[in-house]
Amino acid sequence: MIWAILFVPALCGCLCPVIRPSWPRRALLLAAAALQAALVGSCWVRRPADTAAGWLGLDAAGLLFLSLTTALFLVTAVYAVGYFRQEAGAKRRDWEEGFLFTNRPEAMFTACLLWFLAAMSLVSVSRHLGLLWAAVEATTLASAPLIYFHRHHRSLEAAWKYLLICSVGIALAMLGNFFLAVAGSAASEDGLRLTLDSLLESAAGLDPTWFKAAFILCLVGYGTKMGLAPMHTWLPDAHSEAPSIVSALLSGALLNCAFLALLRLHAVSCAAALGDFSGSLLMLLGLLSMVLAALFLIHQSDFKRMLAYSSVENMGILALGVGSGGVAVFGSLFHAVNHSLVKAMLFLAAGNILAACHTKSSAEVRGLLRSHPVTAALWLAGLLAVIGMPPFGAFFSELVVLRGIVGAGRYALAAVYLAALGVTFVAMARIVLPMVFGKGQAGDEGGRVPIRTAVPEPLWAILPPLALCLAAVAVGLHLPAWLNAVLQSAAAQAGGQP
Amino acid sequence: MATLLDMLVVLLVLANFRLLGSSRLLACIRTVAAQAVLLGATAVCANWAHLEGELVLIVCSSVAIKAVLLPWLLRRAAREAAVTREVEPLIGFSLSLLAGAGLLAVCLLIAAPLRVPGAPSSGLMIPASLFTILTGLFLIVARKKAVTQVLGYLCMENGIHAFGMAFAVREPLLVGMAVLLDVLAAVLVMGIAIYHISREFDHIDTDRLTALKE
Repeated sequence: MIWAILFVPALCGCLCPVIRPSWPRRALLLAAAALQAALVGSCWVRRPADTAAGWLGLDAAGLLFLSLTTALFLVTAVYAVGYFRQEAGAKRRDWEEGFLFTNRPEAMFTACLLWFLAAMSLVSVSRHLGLLWAAVEATTLASAPLIYFHRHHRSLEAAWKYLLICSVGIALAMLGNFFLAVAGSAASEDGLRLTLDSLLESAAGLDPTWFKAAFILCLVGYGTKMGLAPMHTWLPDAHSEAPSIVSALLSGALLNCAFLALLRLHAVSCAAALGDFSGSLLMLLGLLSMVLAALFLIHQSDFKRMLAYSSVENMGILALGVGSGGVAVFGSLFHAVNHSLVKAMLFLAAGNILAACHTKSSAEVRGLLRSHPVTAALWLAGLLAVIGMPPFGAFFSELVVLRGIVGAGRYALAAVYLAALGVTFVAMARIVLPMVFGKGQAGDEGGRVPIRTAVPEPLWAILPPLALCLAAVAVGLHLPAWLNAVLQSAAAQAGGQP
Repeated sequence: MATLLDMLVVLLVLANFRLLGSSRLLACIRTVAAQAVLLGATAVCANWAHLEGELVLIVCSSVAIKAVLLPWLLRRAAREAAVTREVEPLIGFSLSLLAGAGLLAVCLLIAAPLRVPGAPSSGLMIPASLFTILTGLFLIVARKKAVTQVLGYLCMENGIHAFGMAFAVREPLLVGMAVLLDVLAAVLVMGIAIYHISREFDHIDTDRLTALKE
């Protein structure tokens, strides 16, 4: 079963460049996404056993993030098919600077999308830290070409930054893996095996000094990939220049994969009785991310960059929650679910706005509610969800994280947390509300083509974000028992208490 | 064998200085390739007493990829992008060399108190590997061209593997291969990106990639 989850997207990806006509290839993308979803769904019914000598396996945390990734991929694949039809054609004009550019060949783009899915699935199922490292690096390599879909200088710059910063960061995590092996060489005669099971077993014998150094290196490495400040610099560029489907996957699925890697290391650290050390580092970076992102959100003029900074902020919440321990670990994992659903939905809605208004500047988009009622409603709902308003799940998960922080007696931390959330709330509302309700047509200034009122919104552009929005409301109103069970057991693995 | 090992490690350190001080791009590419060969030789020397088939396989494929395939790819990318032969430093060569000497001193200082659980293959190996990692990072920051940044990344990767070797960290075959494959793919993707950068901008100086910022 685990092998099928890895090979279905990888092989379909290999088929894509060979298929010349567009329709069979788009159908293949949908079929692969649906098959993958069915396979992962069946894992919820019957959890597959570990294979390959404990290297591959689905534990609760792995299953949670694998399911999120697959669900988001299915939804974005539906959106992607419509997007491809819209983007097909030879030269296109850049909306910001007016030059002509072409798109990346669709076949290679589809192949990279599927390979990206395969790499992310490998991250979720690998239970060997070396393999995990290789898989995280593979996600970088598969997604860098995706960012460079529109062939122009800005997307190229974003792709280069992403590639170099993440590769160098991840290389440090490799060094961290070696340090970990050194830390364990005292524990056993023939050297430590880096499978999670043997690490957790022999955690008590790890050399603390080497383990601390290993954790710091891995935190820097995977933290770069996760977008924790101050290593987040690639993230706003990549998210703003990539096509919206790619931004949705990067933000909703890829950042989670890096988070999962840190979660694994934190679990080992807790088993080695060094949970306080790793927890305080996670809290520090998490808090820094929240504060920095909140500051950059004020006066942000580009609405896709706004979403990217909001991702940095939410990753900060995740790190903060896991670092504080206790009930906050559960809150943090629940927040990962909410953030993925909501952020993917927001990026897809942003894609609709971008297609309709031909600008990424939030100041030039006004009165969406009249011209594009459904997209406007989704955009508004997404705003409410991401800034943590009930009945969306993010409200409850942020509350649980807060409860964990206060429960541990860290009142100053709680104050900064609330202040950062408050600033984010006001800053994002100030950007989004005028876009939805503002007076005047989009593109009144700057000589842009004004959009007509009530432009039809195609179903493929509406249904995927709508589905995500409904899911985000659903988990907020009622957390199903099966999801709750998986969240609880994943939290227990990472040192959380109910 | 120990003397030979020490000599190889010293050569590794000298290769770093050559990278820092050389103004020619092709010379830098050759130096990084030579580093990979040196690393392979070090691995074989350090494990001479108990040489296993798995280790030989990893060393051979790593030398083949890092010393033959990747330099060829980089030279090709540099040619296709019609890169001039100069390295174009942001920080001058003599200053780079001085910085390198400083970094080496720092590495020796850091490595001195490191308590090593197992017996290391050579006392110089740990500072040398740390120095190689820092040289790679320095090159990424201090050189303008995209090709040189890729070279810095490779140099760093070499340093990390030298570190693994110093502690005789045995990676399982599969992980070793996966890591190699990742490095190969990384350089491949970076090479393609370099080609596109040169087409788009008519140069590959990354200090002019500045459209995206706050």
